[in-house]
Amino acid sequence: MEFLFNLISGISLGSIYAIIALGYTMVYGIAKMLNFAHGDVIMVGAYICFFATMRFGMPPLAGVLLSMVVCTMLGIIIERLAYKPLRQAPALAVLITAIGMSYFLQNSAQLLWTSSPKVFQSVVGTINGQTGLKLFDGALSVSYVTIVTIIVCVIIMLALVTFVNKTKTGKAMRAVSEDKGAAQLMGINVNTTISLTFAIGSALAAVAGVLLCSAYPTLVPTTGAMPGIKAFTAAVFGGIGSIPGALIGGILLGIIEIFAKAYITTQLSDAIVFAVLIVVLLVKPTGLLGKKVSEKV
Amino acid sequence: MKLKKVLAAALIGAMTLTTFGCGGGDADQGAADQAGDATAIKVGGTGPLTGGASIYGIAVQRGAEIAVEEVNALGGVQFELKMEDDAHDAEKAVNAYNALKDWGMQLSLNSVTTTPGIATSELNAADSIFGLTPSASGTGVTEGKTNVFQMCFADPNQGSASAKYISDQQLGTKIGVIYKNDDAYSSGIYETFKAEADALGLEIVSETTFTTDSQNDFSVQLQDAKNAGADLLFLPMYYDAASLILNQANAMDYAPKFFGVDGMDGILTLEGFDTTLAEGVMLLTPFSADAEDEMTKNFVAKYQEKYGEVPNQFAADAYDCIYALHQACTAAGATPDMSAEELNALMVEQFTTMSFDGLTGEGATWGENGQVSKDPKGMVIQNGAYVGM
Repeated sequence: MEFLFNLISGISLGSIYAIIALGYTMVYGIAKMLNFAHGDVIMVGAYICFFATMRFGMPPLAGVLLSMVVCTMLGIIIERLAYKPLRQAPALAVLITAIGMSYFLQNSAQLLWTSSPKVFQSVVGTINGQTGLKLFDGALSVSYVTIVTIIVCVIIMLALVTFVNKTKTGKAMRAVSEDKGAAQLMGINVNTTISLTFAIGSALAAVAGVLLCSAYPTLVPTTGAMPGIKAFTAAVFGGIGSIPGALIGGILLGIIEIFAKAYITTQLSDAIVFAVLIVVLLVKPTGLLGKKVSEKV
Repeated sequence: MKLKKVLAAALIGAMTLTTFGCGGGDADQGAADQAGDATAIKVGGTGPLTGGASIYGIAVQRGAEIAVEEVNALGGVQFELKMEDDAHDAEKAVNAYNALKDWGMQLSLNSVTTTPGIATSELNAADSIFGLTPSASGTGVTEGKTNVFQMCFADPNQGSASAKYISDQQLGTKIGVIYKNDDAYSSGIYETFKAEADALGLEIVSETTFTTDSQNDFSVQLQDAKNAGADLLFLPMYYDAASLILNQANAMDYAPKFFGVDGMDGILTLEGFDTTLAEGVMLLTPFSADAEDEMTKNFVAKYQEKYGEVPNQFAADAYDCIYALHQACTAAGATPDMSAEELNALMVEQFTTMSFDGLTGEGATWGENGQVSKDPKGMVIQNGAYVGM
C-alpha cells in the first residue's frame, strides 16, 4: 500500500515535470537552443491565471486561455528582442542571454507583483467535495489535478507529434532543426518558423504553470525556476528534442525522486536523482529516447 | 550593430528599474530627514527594502517610523531615523552601514535579517556603535560582541521553548518533525528542539527534511509521519512551505496537531490561502496583531491607517526596538550631543540591567551575550484568527 502511495505521489510530481519538459524539448528540438527562461514564462502564466480568476473572477477555463494568449505573446516578444539578434552568434551567447532573460522575468515579477507568496486556487474543480479519486476505501487517493495533468500531457504530446510530423509547418520546423542554412535555401522562412516554435512553447508553458500551481499552490516570482531546472533534467533524461521522451523522462524523474525520498533518505533525494541521471547518460548519452545523430565529416 | 542596440536598450531598462527602486527609498528617507532636527539622536539601520526579502525590511522601517513619531511626540529624548537598503546581502549591508556612519549614526538598529546582520554587527563592535537588531535572529549576530543585542528570540531559543511548551502543556506524545535542511533558521531551531525534547523525554517518531529545491512535494514526509503515528507535527519553517504542508496533509486526510514557530506568522494573510486549513495550528510567537491589549490595538490601528495592512512580527519588533532605546536613553540621561562611543557604554549598561515591556513581550531582559529572554506567547488559530492559548 505504501508502495502504491509513493508510486502515485511520484507520478503526480512527474506529470508536472513532464508537462514543463514538453515545452523545453519542443524549443530545443527545433531551435536548438536551451531556453532557460522557460521556467519563468511558466511563472508568468501562473500569475496571469491567478489574477484573472482570483481578482477578476473569470472562470478557470477563461483564465487558462487568457494566460496562454499572454504567454504566447510574451514568448514571441522575448524571442524577437533577446534571441533573434543572436541568430548568428555562438550557442554560448544565446545560452547566457536565456539565463539573463530568466533573471529579468523573475525580477520584473518581483517589482510588479511583489515577493509575498500567493496561494493559487486549483483550476481543477472538486467532485462531490473531493479533490481526488479515492481508492481502496479511501486508503489511497489520486488527486484530480494529477489525472488532468496526465491527460493534458498525453494530449499535448500526441498533438505535437502529429503537428511536427504531418503538417507543412511541422515539416518546415523539422527542416530548420536539421539545417537552418539549407532550409532557408529551400524557401523556408527560418525566422518565422523559430518564432512560431517559441509561441507554441510559451503557450505550453502557460498550461504547465497553471497545472504546476494547481498541484503545488504557493506562487512566488521564483516558482518556475526550480521545476524548470528539474524539467530540463527530465527532458535530457528522456532524450532532449524527443517529445515522447519528455513525457517518459518527466514521469520517471518524479518517481525516482519520491522513491529516493521514501526508501533511502529525504536528505539526499536530489543527489540521488542526479546520480541516476549521470548513470543513464553514461550508458545512453542521448537519453532514453534520444536519436543518435552521426556527424558527417 | 544590432547587438549594441539591444544591449543599450537593456541597460536603459535596467537603469530605469533601479532608479525606480531608489526613488521609493529616497522619498521615505526624505520624510524622515525632515521630521528630525539637530537635537535628535541619530538612529540608523539596514534592511532589505528591495528584493525578495523586502517584506521584512519594509515592515521594520514602517514599525520603527511609527515608534519614532510617537516617542518624539512625548517631548523627551528625540530620535531621527534612517534606514538604508541592503537587499538582504552582506556586502551591500556593509556599504549601507558605512553610509549611515557618514550620516552620523549614533545608535544602530543593526540589520533586519541574519546574513547581513552578522556582517554589520562586526562593524558595530569595531566602531563601538551600540546595536539593537529587531529581527536578525541568528546567534552569529550577537556572538562575541559586547554591544549588539537582539529584540527577537535567538533561533535556538525558539526550538527549546517550543519543546518545553509542548511538554508542559502535554500537546502530543509522538512527535514528527519536518525541517528545511538547507536553511540555517530551520535546522538551527530543529537542533535545539531535538536536544530539549530528548532531555524532556518527548518521543520524536519521525524526522524528515526538504530543501529549497524540493519545496513542492511533501507527500513522502507526511506519509512517514502518518505511518509512525505522529500526533503532533512540529514545523520549524516559514509559512510558504508550511501552507503547502497543511494543504497536502489535508488532501491525504492526515490531521495531527501542527505546531509552528514565528516563521509561521503570515500564513493567515497569505493571499488566496484557505484559512480553514490552518484551523487549530499552534505557534509560539512573541507578537499577535489580534491581541486585545491597548498597546497592540493602538499600534495595529496606526499601522493600518498609515500603510493599509496588518503589521507583522517584524514591524512590532522594530517598534519595540525604538521604545527600548528610548527607555534606555531616558534612564541614562543620554543627549544628542554625546558621541556614539559614550552612548554605547551607557546603552550596554542599561540593556544588561533594565526590564522592558513591549508589544513582543512583557518583562524582557537581556543577558550579557545580547540575547533577549522573554516569554513567548502560545497562540492557536481559531476561526481564521490568532487566539492566545
